Amino acid sequence: MSKLDSKIPEGALEQKWENYKSSVALVNPANKRSLEVIVVGSGLAGSSAASSLAEMGYKVKVFCFQDSPRRAHSIAAQGGINAAKNYQNDGDSTYRLFYDTIKGGDYRSREANVYRLASVSSNIIDQCVASGVPLAREYGGMLSNRSFGGTQVQRTFYAAGQTGQQLLLGAYSGLLRQVGLGNVEMCARHEMLDVVNIDGKCRGIIARDLITGKLERHFGHAVLLCSGGYGNVFYLSTNAMGSNVTAAWKAHKRGAFFGNPCFTQIHPTCIPVSGEHQSKLTLMSESLRNDGRIWVPKKHGDTRKANEITEEERDYYLERRYPAFGNLVPRDVASRAAKERCDAGFGVGASKMAVYLDFKAAIARYGHTQAVKLGVHNPSADELKEFGKQVVEEKYGNLFAMYEQITGENPYELPMRIYPAVHYTMGGLWVDYNLMTTVPGLYALGEANFSDHGANRLGASALMQGLADGYFVIPYTIGAYLSKEISVKAISTDHEAFVAAEKNAQEIIDKLFAIKGTKSVDYFHKRLGKIMWDKCGMARSEKGLKEAIAEIRALRDEFWKDVRVPGTANDFNPELEKAGRVADFIELGELMCIDALNRTESCGGHFREESQTEEGEALRKDDEFAYVAAWENNGNHTYELHKEELKFEAIKIAQRSYK
Amino acid sequence: MSGHMNLTLKIWRQKSDKEKGKLVTYPVQNISPDMSFLEMFDVLNEQLITKGDEPIAFDHDCREGICGMCSMYINGRPHGPKRGVTTCQLHMRSFKDGDTIVVEPWRAAAFPVIKDLTVDRSAFDRVIAKGGFISVNTGNAQDANNIPIPKTDADAAFEAAACIGCGACVATCKNSSAMLFVSAKVSQLALLPQGRVEATARVKNMVAQMDEEGFGNCSNTGACEVECPKGISLENIALMNREFFVANIK
Ligand SMILES: Cc1cc2nc3c(=O)[nH]c(=O)nc-3n(C[C@H](O)[C@H](O)[C@H](O)COP(=O)(O)OP(=O)(O)OC[C@H]3O[C@@H](n4cnc5c(N)ncnc54)[C@H](O)[C@@H]3O)c2cc1C
Ligand code: SF4
Ligand code: FES
Repeated sequence: MSKLDSKIPEGALEQKWENYKSSVALVNPANKRSLEVIVVGSGLAGSSAASSLAEMGYKVKVFCFQDSPRRAHSIAAQGGINAAKNYQNDGDSTYRLFYDTIKGGDYRSREANVYRLASVSSNIIDQCVASGVPLAREYGGMLSNRSFGGTQVQRTFYAAGQTGQQLLLGAYSGLLRQVGLGNVEMCARHEMLDVVNIDGKCRGIIARDLITGKLERHFGHAVLLCSGGYGNVFYLSTNAMGSNVTAAWKAHKRGAFFGNPCFTQIHPTCIPVSGEHQSKLTLMSESLRNDGRIWVPKKHGDTRKANEITEEERDYYLERRYPAFGNLVPRDVASRAAKERCDAGFGVGASKMAVYLDFKAAIARYGHTQAVKLGVHNPSADELKEFGKQVVEEKYGNLFAMYEQITGENPYELPMRIYPAVHYTMGGLWVDYNLMTTVPGLYALGEANFSDHGANRLGASALMQGLADGYFVIPYTIGAYLSKEISVKAISTDHEAFVAAEKNAQEIIDKLFAIKGTKSVDYFHKRLGKIMWDKCGMARSEKGLKEAIAEIRALRDEFWKDVRVPGTANDFNPELEKAGRVADFIELGELMCIDALNRTESCGGHFREESQTEEGEALRKDDEFAYVAAWENNGNHTYELHKEELKFEAIKIAQRSYK
Repeated sequence: MSGHMNLTLKIWRQKSDKEKGKLVTYPVQNISPDMSFLEMFDVLNEQLITKGDEPIAFDHDCREGICGMCSMYINGRPHGPKRGVTTCQLHMRSFKDGDTIVVEPWRAAAFPVIKDLTVDRSAFDRVIAKGGFISVNTGNAQDANNIPIPKTDADAAFEAAACIGCGACVATCKNSSAMLFVSAKVSQLALLPQGRVEATARVKNMVAQMDEEGFGNCSNTGACEVECPKGISLENIALMNREFFVANIK
């Protein structure tokens, strides 16, 4: 029998969650007070889960590695959050959001979960607005929407280009309210280094106080990993510098299966790499594709400046290839198309690894509508441009400023140069319908789980998923487990399992210091990133992946022989933190390549060169691969594949077309 | 390579809050103008590590001006010479070949140094925990469009909410006052109908905690507004003073 039980409730798709909610076991208020829950991570998923559980009466402890929970990487999300509110009266519905998400994910996600996600999406917006999140509004006082890639309705709510910041600060304020009330203990500047299992159930974690360096043991009746994604395995990504896989990876080594590790999202619109010194990449929100048109010169190797190239000499290749969706095709499609043009020699900028994102047409269009709005008759060309710029600034001002800050170029005058970059990881810890991993009592929420996005995530849906998991799913599903734990007294952290796990964490730290090698942690991280980007990035092949696996193994050996970790363990030591994270990234990188090698189809963000149509579009193989690949860690860098078959009952599975 | 710079850095080194710190001089060569200020620190740290020295500890995470983690006091100004940017958004093209750059941590009694350029800003969280929220439990919300909010109010609330909690306002203030930070949150919530309900208690409790943390008084010099990377306006302080006044006569 398969070790995977997705625990999807019985009944019709629309009824599953409703039925579940009305039949799931509850925990009475008195018992909740003696049940302790550990939440690792304070991003949208962690903060919303922690505050909701604390409000319900559970005793909650939250961990994050930054100096404040408000700085979790969710803060950086720019573009928006989806919800099937249908405020625009453009035909949106729960079903449509569900359908778009399944299709956008290239039919590699679980119907029941995605339907639940779509059906709670409206509640998220209500909750956020009630907690003071200043989402964008129209003059009439109603909430405003924009469109995002992969959909034909306007369902994305936003706060300028700072949606993640505003949502996270909303969730954070709820969390801190519970801290103030004494219901949550907040442990900032703490890094989780292991989970502790006792008698087959997860019962706590080992964490390092990053200031004193001391290892600590923490007990919980249940542990929630809300530790974000692992895009930094590529070294360069749009993730924050500290984003890492350690929490999820350590859980994986303690029995939690890792789902679809090779499914990574390469975002089409990022600022291109400018040199060797580059430490991270900056996203230019996908919302820009609403108004920006993407093009390259028609002429091969054209070296002229953008504004010297006439309209007729420009190739708006997305509009050409995908007339139905144009610049709003999903991310994976847009990214591959950019790579294709650049590889073929049509790229722009000094590196030739970039394409243009041009706002000239939008500025002109908005100029006219604004002139009418303001009642200016016969405006001059300069006035029109000025009006247009004002509208664009209102919509995207902070993004334009960020672009100019980084590149030194003014995007109101010159088209932006953009190129795809690693952005999001659809893969993550495998979870069932309850969001529980294969270890009882250990949950994964937000980007850390293998998630509802299948092989490709649509824009504005990660924020939705993080908050859905934390605000509206886990408060119910955790009851199914904790209602059976009420008789379990808090286990002493002197228990041998805690002692052993702490010893193990200490040994890894000691080992890192003992190497006293010659190369910095970053040196290894950059090399890993290059292998991953070249061979497990936008296009993957059997040959490349096999090489990558061999190279990563060699790199792992070299790391453990030659890395240099300065300073000491009992101190604030960012290099030590990085070393531990990179050690885990190296192991994860190998598993990602193994997973990519196994999946000989192309789907979503995973493009196998051997599996494409004559026109170069991705070719899925539903007969063979309509499953979630969940990997079990058998120790010694060996992994065993388990398959969760995906059944599509409400949706007819079809090759994706955005033409 | 053309345009590359050689610079002299004077950087504050301090092992912990218990030990004394001092400025240490480090020359760096061949710095590209396209590098960010923190990437220049990466280069320096890489050199220190390969030499067997301890790298400089500094806070940073998003490196795109939004998380509020980075916090360097550069040539006497928080986040350096450019207006409207955080340390991580400062690029080396703002400096020229041969420059000497002095880098220190935020200095304020309420922000003790942890190590080198890293300080402890948890006082900000404790102030927020006293009232920087709307007391609405999950599941209590009504439909989001039930309360129309005039666009101007929503926009003003958003502008106040853009504060990233970096602490530059405190670092630049000769009294180490946290008024700009606290007032930004008070205004955001006071401007929204949902936030009005608790306005009185909020402003009182947050101000009390602010005083308890050891932040100084505001003497209205406006230095904070100048150095705030997110353009948080002094108007927020005026609004908070009104709120505070009203709260205390209630
Ligand atoms: C630049 C950018 C823009 C984006 N824009 C959008 C958008 O417009 N719309 C959208 O829907 N999505 C967007 N996304 C994706 C989305 O922001 C993320 O997927 C989402 O915010 C992740 O939230 P999370 O709560 O799962 O994790 P995070 O917010 O990443 O939080 C992770 C938390 O875990 C903690 N943590 C991690 N490891 C440990 C450890 N070992 N010990 C202790 N704590 C740990 C961290 O301290 C942090 O608190 C964007 C992503 C990026 C990078
Ligand atoms: S008010 Fe400005 S300077 Fe002060 S913490 Fe907020 S963003 Fe930083
Ligand atoms: S590192 Fe996030 S604001 Fe500078």
